[in-house]
Amino acid sequence: MDFTIPEDLEMVRRTARDYFNDRILPVVDKIEEEDEIPPELIKELAEMGFFGLPFPEKYGGVGIGELGYCLVLEELGAAAPFGNLIGAHTGIGAMSIYLGGTEEQKMKYLPDLCAGKKIAAFGLTEPSAGSDAANLQTTAVRKGDKFIINGSKQWITNGNIADVIIVYAVTDKALGARGGVTAFIVEKTFPGFKVGKIDQKMGLRGSHTAELIFEDMEVPAENVLGEFGAGFVTAMKALDVGRIGLAGGAVGGAQKLLEMSIQWAQQRVQFGQPIANNQAIQWMLVDMATKIHAARLMTYNAAWKMDQGQKCTREAAMVKLYASEMACEVADMAVQIHGGIGYMKEYRIERAYRDTRILKIYEGTNEIQKLVIARELLKAGK
Amino acid sequence: MKVAVLVKHVPDTETRIQVKPGDKKINEEGVTYIISPFDEFAMEEALLLRERLGDVQITAVALGPQKATEALRTCLALGADDAILVSDPAFEGADAYVTAKALAAALKGGNYDLILAGKQAVDDDAAYVGTAVAEFLDLPVINLVTKLEVNKAAGTAVAARDLDGYSQVIEVKLPAVFTAQKGLNNPRLPALMGIMKAKKKEIRTLNAQALGLAPNELGAEGAKVEVKEMFVPSKARKNKVLTGAPAETAPELVKLLAEEAKVL
Repeated sequence: MDFTIPEDLEMVRRTARDYFNDRILPVVDKIEEEDEIPPELIKELAEMGFFGLPFPEKYGGVGIGELGYCLVLEELGAAAPFGNLIGAHTGIGAMSIYLGGTEEQKMKYLPDLCAGKKIAAFGLTEPSAGSDAANLQTTAVRKGDKFIINGSKQWITNGNIADVIIVYAVTDKALGARGGVTAFIVEKTFPGFKVGKIDQKMGLRGSHTAELIFEDMEVPAENVLGEFGAGFVTAMKALDVGRIGLAGGAVGGAQKLLEMSIQWAQQRVQFGQPIANNQAIQWMLVDMATKIHAARLMTYNAAWKMDQGQKCTREAAMVKLYASEMACEVADMAVQIHGGIGYMKEYRIERAYRDTRILKIYEGTNEIQKLVIARELLKAGK
Repeated sequence: MKVAVLVKHVPDTETRIQVKPGDKKINEEGVTYIISPFDEFAMEEALLLRERLGDVQITAVALGPQKATEALRTCLALGADDAILVSDPAFEGADAYVTAKALAAALKGGNYDLILAGKQAVDDDAAYVGTAVAEFLDLPVINLVTKLEVNKAAGTAVAARDLDGYSQVIEVKLPAVFTAQKGLNNPRLPALMGIMKAKKKEIRTLNAQALGLAPNELGAEGAKVEVKEMFVPSKARKNKVLTGAPAETAPELVKLLAEEAKVL
């Protein structure tokens, strides 16, 4: 059993860390304040290859698989809260095309998406269908060589900047989720496509979620992603990938909070000594470090398993569940260790506390993860 | 054109250096390595030359243990076409003189138009290898270069150097050796794609025999200098507290900042 990260992936990780420290850390406060990532930074990220991490080289990707993708998201998670921009683009948006698309569709869309020339989004959630994906109200009806799509999506990460959106729509209500939902590759230029309200969120500033509105939107039949009626399966597969990547980001963010907390505990003097001398503080640090370690190993293992081509729906749900709970606990302890300063806007702890909370909700709420794990458990009997 | 870039694998500048008592080298345990920052300028300049001139073949060359391949792998990721690792257990204890001799042997016959190196490595700070390589290869050398322009057709290069209080511009006929000073350029990071592509590029390893070097020319035996002792200096705190009226201490402070701290 060898837990060593391959040398090339370590180099990718180191390069990502150097790049984030050098280029992103100096501007994170500005991003928080302005709620906007500088466009030139996005361009640079794209040039470095950050938008095509897991995909094979033939589609213009970096070809570092899920494990490499997780390592980079871990580093990004430590530096900035907009890993979800890359996560939504790569892990679920472009990933839907990679997992569900025909070879032609992959060749047509992936190179531009990998190069960051185009940004992707994943359009599943609707006002009345989040966890209950079978209750989608968006419909697609065939009309000649086109499909006409009507409905709306909400809270779509990258929705306002995406060029390519994977839209999940009901094509046969009677068949339900499996068989009755089809995925479509929608370009923002298609007639009838509109970006609605851009949301005001609790955190993750710089990354935006938006409402998407489809009014008699015309989508060419060739843009049915993969097989007709296979949308739900594709969505679930993409979410498996996304969940592992999310866990990577959670681990990175938590690690950073641990390091900041250790530093603060050693520096903050109360009653004539650093608070790090108090067992109450030490035990919080211990809990943080232990949980981070567990989440990291779970994440790497699930990513590795996925790279081996093994099914890991159960593990993906487990790492998403555990890593997000862990990250929220770590953020809470980080605020506690920092005390008053941890609650102040000017310090990054308060920000991390807000940014972390969404991890238990998006890419499937933690309750849905439990439902997925329970199903898998009962199916397998072990 | 052919450009060789000499790079050295050195401990990360943020490493807390430790030496075991009695040892004459640092304790390498837990040390992470980087390319010596001045060598990064050299590598970046090679890449810029290629961007300006087009057809430029870049070979990265390092001398060191097997671990030094990491530095070469980074050069390949940045865009070097191939790499040479000069490595042999017999180099243990080599000084800058032996290093330069071995690197020169590896470069000989390679028909490089330019050989670029950092002005010094940040570990031993010998600032010797670039110049000595030029000497062994009987080539001109321009040190501390902050600007470099190559005229391919004329087979010449013009280099600028910032010296203490003045600048100098030197024209030289190629082939020649140049050592890079801070200010020459801003080194880039490798694109992630480059890292994965670097896996497929070749790193040739040359040992002492392949270089045609005799055992008495190598390692401690061939070295011209000998390390007698190595230790981490004790950190005596040298805080100075100026006491007295502000009107008296302020001029004293300015004087100390200018003369001792040398920050003014």
